[in-house]
Amino acid sequence: MVFAATRSEPPLIEVHHVCSRFGPVAVHDDVSLEVYRGELFAIAGGNGAGKSTLMREIILLREPSSGSIRVFGQDIQSLSDAEALKLRRRCGVMFQHGALFSSLTVMENVAVPLREHTRLSKGLIAEIAAFKIALTGFPWASVAKYPSELSGGMRRRAALARAIALDPELLFLDEPTAGLDPMSASGFDELIQQLKELLGLTIVMVTHDLDSLWRVADRVAVLGNGKVLGTGTMEELSRVEDPMIREYFHGPRGRAAREQAWNRK
Amino acid sequence: MEPARADIYVGKDRQVHCEGAWTLQYLADLERRLAGFSWPDLTDLTCDASNITAMDTGGAVLLYRGLGALEREGRRVALRGLRPEFAELVRMVSLNWTWIEPAAAPPKPSWLEKIGRRTWDRLLGGAGALAFLGESVAVLLRLVGVPRSLRWRVVLGSLETDGFNALPITGLLTFLMGVVIAYQGAEQLRTFGANIFVVDLVGISLLREIAPLVTAILVAGRSGSAYTAQIGTMKVTEELDALRTLGISPIEFLVLPRVLALIVALPLLTVYADVVGVFGGMLIAASQLGVSFSEFVSRFHDAIALRHFLIGVGKAPVFAIIVALVGCYQGFQSGGGVDSIGRHTTISVVQAIFLVIVFDAGFSVLFNWWKV
Repeated sequence: MVFAATRSEPPLIEVHHVCSRFGPVAVHDDVSLEVYRGELFAIAGGNGAGKSTLMREIILLREPSSGSIRVFGQDIQSLSDAEALKLRRRCGVMFQHGALFSSLTVMENVAVPLREHTRLSKGLIAEIAAFKIALTGFPWASVAKYPSELSGGMRRRAALARAIALDPELLFLDEPTAGLDPMSASGFDELIQQLKELLGLTIVMVTHDLDSLWRVADRVAVLGNGKVLGTGTMEELSRVEDPMIREYFHGPRGRAAREQAWNRK
Repeated sequence: MEPARADIYVGKDRQVHCEGAWTLQYLADLERRLAGFSWPDLTDLTCDASNITAMDTGGAVLLYRGLGALEREGRRVALRGLRPEFAELVRMVSLNWTWIEPAAAPPKPSWLEKIGRRTWDRLLGGAGALAFLGESVAVLLRLVGVPRSLRWRVVLGSLETDGFNALPITGLLTFLMGVVIAYQGAEQLRTFGANIFVVDLVGISLLREIAPLVTAILVAGRSGSAYTAQIGTMKVTEELDALRTLGISPIEFLVLPRVLALIVALPLLTVYADVVGVFGGMLIAASQLGVSFSEFVSRFHDAIALRHFLIGVGKAPVFAIIVALVGCYQGFQSGGGVDSIGRHTTISVVQAIFLVIVFDAGFSVLFNWWKV
């Protein structure tokens, strides 16, 4: 079930009939979806539904077995190395476990993309990096610490600061709230929304955090059985009769998350 | 078409005009321009920003920093025409500026602090090494009472990878050492017509010093480093903690089997190295000095006392303990990040080789005292 989106602009990301196989196992069997500029698009689904695989394919870390993916209107399978580099500079990625470079401090981690891709002076790079760290609400007393000395929530914020270091237009978040306590998770949701407004980001978020889906996602695609079970806003999806989507949204946790979302409104 | 590049200039009206895309892409040139910028000689500056078509956080930082520098000079700057969404960015920078500045330029520690920290780290390291040695001995003593609880399977596995699999490379190296020594000696011995003494030269130097030393150094590079990397990775992935919570002592499970395996493997490797090395010398003696195999062997029997062989092989277990303990200890010491495993693997090999040679020198002095 797909709710038709009526938009004038062409989509920023188009995934067309993508199939992905790991050996004999098909993870995606004809997956299609579209992400538009300025929206926070969430990819949801159970464990092993291929959410992260799909994200890895969009950010050029993995090639789909068949089908095509267009990002910023370019077919990513036919990119030259130089074009791919340009595309990568326009995307920021926050990995599930942060993937911070362990030999560098938080400050240096955030400065890495700036140092590699711009010819700015050291002082300005440090200031821009510090500003990014400030935007993510990372405690500033810890900027000189190494990733191994940080808590999970702090690591997440540092990783987010690095992902937005180059002011990307498109930000990918892999399970941004997994493993955070409820307070930190909702704080992180708010942060993502603030940054989206402030920096004019388009965000693709892989998650199975139902609270997070209700709170921040503009549109959601639910993956299951290798297909897109449904796409739409949470309200639209929660009315869908498809048994798998119902199971996903109307399990005990789904109901609680929904009630919470209603109470807030 | 909007101007794509970013620019700043002083107009005819003596106003500062900012133009174009103040984004990371063009920021480097802009920053260079700003560094040597000649501002109009006014205390009240007007900055017209209405032609800024794009601005990202980098541009906002640069703009705010430029304005701040002017204000520190005692000028007043009126910023005009900045689009509201860009003004919001600049406002965010100004809100956070109080800590951006110190964070961007953290104070460097003084030399005294550095010396102090280093010394303290070294002292802690020394204490840690002693504690590790103590714990290993304690676990060993406990195991002596109940030898069945030793992980024999791990010992056997380690014997294969660290002993048996090292045979080819050890053989090749010591064979070449025998060849080299015989060659070097041949020239000198021939001048004195003392060809037969090549047997003494090759036999004593190889059996007593070179075979055990080369073997130990090889094993340090081959197995000591592997121990560090294995245990270090297990530490990073919290496997060591998992072992502890399961009530299994990591020292008993990881360290002792490896130490025992090397204690057995290294002397055996040394004996093998002796044989192959002497054979190498024998080949050169036959081809360069005309000492036939049978002459070589009978002279070997007469000239080389058993004690040389025993001293060489006797040193091997000591070297084995050094290599295994240093390798494992450095593995336990690494922690935190991935890079620390690499660093500690290097330290492990260097320290093991260093200690092996120091102990070897110590043995030489000791045996000289005892006149053996």
